[in-house]
Amino acid sequence: MFRIVEHRRWYFLLSLLIIVPGLIAMIYSTATVGRPFKVAIDFTGGAIWELSFDQPILPTDLREIFVNAGLTDTDVTTVGDGKTAQVRLKPIDEDQKVALMAAIKAKYGANVSEVQFALVGPAIGSEVTQAAILAVFAASIAITIFLVIAFRKVPHPVRYGVSAVIGMVHDILVTLGIFSVLSILLGWEADALLLTALLTVISFSVQDKIVVFDRIRENTAKYRGELFRVIVNRSLLETLHRSLATQLNALFIMAALLIFGGATIRQFIAVMFIGLISGTYSSIFNAVPILVSWEERDLLGTKNVGATSA
Amino acid sequence: MRSRNILVLGFIILLALVAVYIAAPIEHPTWVKNLLFWQQPPEYRSLEFKQGLDLRGGTQVLLQAKPAAGQRITAADMEAARVIVERRVNALGLTEPLVQIQGENRIIVEMPGVDNPDQAVQTLKNTGQLEFVEIGPSVNSPYPRIEQGSYVRTTNNDRVPAEEELGKTSHPYPDVVFKTVMTGRELKNATVILDQYGKPGIGFELTDAGAKIFGDYTREHVGDILAIVLDNVVLSAPRIQTAITEGRGEITGQFARAEAESLAVQMRYGALPVPLEVVNRRTIGATLGADSVQASITAGLMAALALLIYATLNLAIYKLVPITLTLPGIAGFLLSTGMAVDANILIFERMKEELRWGRPLRSALEAGFTRAWTSIFDSNFSTLITCAILIMFGRTFGAQAVLGFALNLAIGVTVSMFTAVIVTRTFLRAIFQGERSEALREKRWVLGF
Repeated sequence: MFRIVEHRRWYFLLSLLIIVPGLIAMIYSTATVGRPFKVAIDFTGGAIWELSFDQPILPTDLREIFVNAGLTDTDVTTVGDGKTAQVRLKPIDEDQKVALMAAIKAKYGANVSEVQFALVGPAIGSEVTQAAILAVFAASIAITIFLVIAFRKVPHPVRYGVSAVIGMVHDILVTLGIFSVLSILLGWEADALLLTALLTVISFSVQDKIVVFDRIRENTAKYRGELFRVIVNRSLLETLHRSLATQLNALFIMAALLIFGGATIRQFIAVMFIGLISGTYSSIFNAVPILVSWEERDLLGTKNVGATSA
Repeated sequence: MRSRNILVLGFIILLALVAVYIAAPIEHPTWVKNLLFWQQPPEYRSLEFKQGLDLRGGTQVLLQAKPAAGQRITAADMEAARVIVERRVNALGLTEPLVQIQGENRIIVEMPGVDNPDQAVQTLKNTGQLEFVEIGPSVNSPYPRIEQGSYVRTTNNDRVPAEEELGKTSHPYPDVVFKTVMTGRELKNATVILDQYGKPGIGFELTDAGAKIFGDYTREHVGDILAIVLDNVVLSAPRIQTAITEGRGEITGQFARAEAESLAVQMRYGALPVPLEVVNRRTIGATLGADSVQASITAGLMAALALLIYATLNLAIYKLVPITLTLPGIAGFLLSTGMAVDANILIFERMKEELRWGRPLRSALEAGFTRAWTSIFDSNFSTLITCAILIMFGRTFGAQAVLGFALNLAIGVTVSMFTAVIVTRTFLRAIFQGERSEALREKRWVLGF
């Protein structure tokens, strides 16, 4: 039988190789800008104003209008052919906005149009941040409790819960780590949709683990007397086909969304794509091997190297 | 057993046909809409997809109550504020605007396709002004076209409204400035009353100063029309029947109960019961939305084709609930199709294993479902937990994107459990029912084994 759990130290190593650079990126980013990744106005408060012009414009020229209005903390970038500008600024009220638009039209002519405008008050920003952190914790705890209840009839239900949580933390770290790298490289910003993607990754990751755990639960009863590690191996192989079929299916859907789905949700889908791959990996190569590590009191599987299955 | 399966099969086919009919992009007859949405007022009985702002373009504003020091906001205050904001939004003449209370002290307003968002937002925040306005005699009235919903200029506010501001509101006498007799400041209370015939009307109470003004005025103008006007729009134009000197009066007329209630609320809270401030605002250009719709539909079609019944069921639910479609919502729907596939894969894999272990086909079939069910249920339940948390999060902050995604995913997951277990099982039973075992072996290809 093809043995998976015996080689667990290599899988743990691969996970570390992906997580550690992500952690470094988060630490670097926290040291330089104070946050583990760039954060959108959903969490910080502020305004984003996207304007389109009939001629290419220079960001510095446009920024001048905002600086003259006392909004020195304004950041202007142009997109694509230079005819579309993205302005990031402090929250402004309606009167200020009308005045600014008048000033912009005075400088660039009347053919300026608003592509989008978003404003988040600073108080609500911090409230959203708190709620987001709370949501992640609440989801994790609720799922762990559910797992322990669902597996209460197998020996050591807490082990299943803890293994799933370790897998879950793995997926969060991988996803956020890669996001942090992309945030530094491509300027990606965490918004409310990132939170959604993260929670979806968590629930898909747990879903994947439950399917394997469920098979282990069944096989433990069926093959009494077999070594736990053999039962686990068997269960993994039996569910492998399903795991791959399901994950490939979801990945195809997301690939379709990535290619055809429009720019506004591309980042959201990409994060979920990464998280889903991580979720499948952590089910087969982290959470389940950890169950065996725990049973055998042997984290890296070094004590039994070369031992054949019973 | 067999006849029961035929019954379920018939039910599934019926359900599928109904779902296809509801989801189909055709004009549905009125009686269908009346039947499906009998509990809704007629104007909400629509079988169209509700498109979110990111798809349609428009402005979304999250308003938060800003109570004065020491003021406590009650649920009734928020409801009153919502009614007033809704009336103002409706006056803009947009198609399908949305005004909803979010959490304890916030109101979300969605204004699709609004031309001048800055001005619209300003209008929402205005504190309203209630006035009693002199219209003149009711017999041979010089202004017969003054009716409920008309715009009037008054001595209190004689501003000439812009064309786009009026929208669908009529403005019959743009050159006349009507005289304000009294403003809402003198109104103490307004409630719904029933007259001796059980017809609803509105009873109101005035302050002492108000009673004086009102008494003097009504004594001289019995038989005249005195309009009740909120933000320059006529709420009601009743006739003065007798002098009102006690500081209490009644407005009678042809009111439905609900109408009278809403009128009383608007009189009571003519001004917003609590000031509102904009804490969150998004404007999305319509072109940006249109591109995304096209793109997402292409992707959606490709994925949905494989799971026709499942998809139509979902789409029918979206129309019935109704769920607002947003880009993340569409993503949630597509992902949930993945769940439906997953459930089917779990079942079929399980059946193949049972066959491989030497079970006869029919019992393998049944075992496939019962054994796979625990996996399917346990794993989907964790997704539902997450969805519930996301929905709560989305509701509190008016994060429609988060809400849309989570709602669609939750519906999809639930429906997928149903289709996988009930629909697939019934279909398979129907295929294999009543065959002799020899014939069964030749049909193993159905399971790909």
